[in-house]
Amino acid sequence: MSTSEAFIQLDSVRKVYRSKREDFLAVSDVTFDVQAGELVAMVGPSGCGKTTVLKILAGLHSHEEGTVRIGSAADSFDAAKDIGMVFQQPLLLKWRRVIDNVLLPAEILGLNMGEARERAGHLLEMVGLSGFANSYPYELSGGMQQRAAIARALVHDPKLILMDEPFGALDALTREKMNLELLRIWGESGKTIVFVTHGIQEAVFLGSRVVVLTAGPARMADNFLVDLPHPRSLDIKTTEVFGDYTRRIYKLLGME
Amino acid sequence: MLLNVACPPMDNNREAGRETAREAGREAFRKWVLIIVMHLVALLAWQAWITLGKVEPYIMPAPLDTFATLLEYDTYRWGHNTMITAASVFGGFWLAVIVGVTLAVLFSWSRILNDAFMPLIVSLNMIPKVALGPIFIVWFSYGLGPNILIAFSICFLPILITTTRGLADVEPELIDLVRTLRASRWQIFTKIQLPGALPFIFSGMKVAVVLAVAGAIVGEFIASEEGLGYLMMQVQVTLDTAGMFMAVLMITAVGVALYGIVLLLERLLVVRDARME
Repeated sequence: MSTSEAFIQLDSVRKVYRSKREDFLAVSDVTFDVQAGELVAMVGPSGCGKTTVLKILAGLHSHEEGTVRIGSAADSFDAAKDIGMVFQQPLLLKWRRVIDNVLLPAEILGLNMGEARERAGHLLEMVGLSGFANSYPYELSGGMQQRAAIARALVHDPKLILMDEPFGALDALTREKMNLELLRIWGESGKTIVFVTHGIQEAVFLGSRVVVLTAGPARMADNFLVDLPHPRSLDIKTTEVFGDYTRRIYKLLGME
Repeated sequence: MLLNVACPPMDNNREAGRETAREAGREAFRKWVLIIVMHLVALLAWQAWITLGKVEPYIMPAPLDTFATLLEYDTYRWGHNTMITAASVFGGFWLAVIVGVTLAVLFSWSRILNDAFMPLIVSLNMIPKVALGPIFIVWFSYGLGPNILIAFSICFLPILITTTRGLADVEPELIDLVRTLRASRWQIFTKIQLPGALPFIFSGMKVAVVLAVAGAIVGEFIASEEGLGYLMMQVQVTLDTAGMFMAVLMITAVGVALYGIVLLLERLLVVRDARME
């Protein structure tokens, strides 16, 4: 690996949700680095605090202990402008056309709209929606809506994309297709992506690195590089190496 | 109706769209023909019942007798009275829209305002507004003013409540998304909350139209010297049932006109998918 400073460093991060009745330890001692341009898949069972870690990275949640640092000397990071988010639901504004949905972050950040519009057009092309710029969300299928959400996450050219089970609501076939699309988009855009999933196969297929968390509280169970060549096709899922990686995760999650 | 354009091949899309539009046009035409035919059938049945059943006209006038009152302008002054009633209905309704939406916006901005005033407004709403009529006469004398107020007081709560709900109906994750972009409260309000609340506002307005008409007419029964409600009280004395029926039809027409305007505005402002129909 390169010896340069990591783009993201999480060190001994701990998060407690406090309520009147009791405190709930959501994340305990999570430590990992993300290099610029990596696609890190964070995998673990439901309710293991993956989303909490993602929200800490997004600056939406505070943390009690540990340090979170994003950006390095080589790669500056502006928390207001350099995060793009994709959730399980597309969360498109149904009264806006697709292109205007994609432009929402540019409007909020007050970017030059002429340039942003041009960029949004290119992004829609990249996610395969160039013919649907002027459609309304309800005219799109679930998978297409999620592509639009990905274009929206990229429109302000952020350095970090945070994805919270973005394909969890899609049917299995569409999901496979979107996985391939995401790898292609990642390859073309060169963004750093942190991708949360509870799909073990999905994590290994997408991740250049996989971080495994165990449930209640989220504790780091493993953190390894996935040594499968890019560009990846669905064929690699049948390889022995792929099987070794998924077995390794199943074992960590006590499912073997 | 709306077809599901799930994933059509790109080049067929436009052709398919045109085909869909044509089909929708035919469907709308059929619907309108049916609406008009059914109204005419109802009128004919009404006329036939009165003529063949020899019903006394002061009990139930025939449609032709009812429409004949339109010609006696000096007795009824339809134009003037309808305008007066329309003024109370429209005045009370739009006042309710302005006040209801404004209050809902203020309540959505301030939790304290909401908690302090919402229960009070709900209690005040339990007052039967009709009972306020005689009091309004003491305060404002006879005329348009008190009628607008009665129409307003009876129809503003549904608008306040639906708007409040609409402004609160935002996906928390969407708020997360724009918070990472450091969106201001004003941006969240203008770009997400308010347009998202529009369908709710319109569903409240549709309920309010009916209430505004009822409020204005009751006001004219008790606190007015003109308008269709007042006219009905006048001609009732002489058992002029035809005149009363015509007044009811005119009141209905005022309500339908306002409802039509609301529907038209909704069509212009709210995307089809978001409409609550």
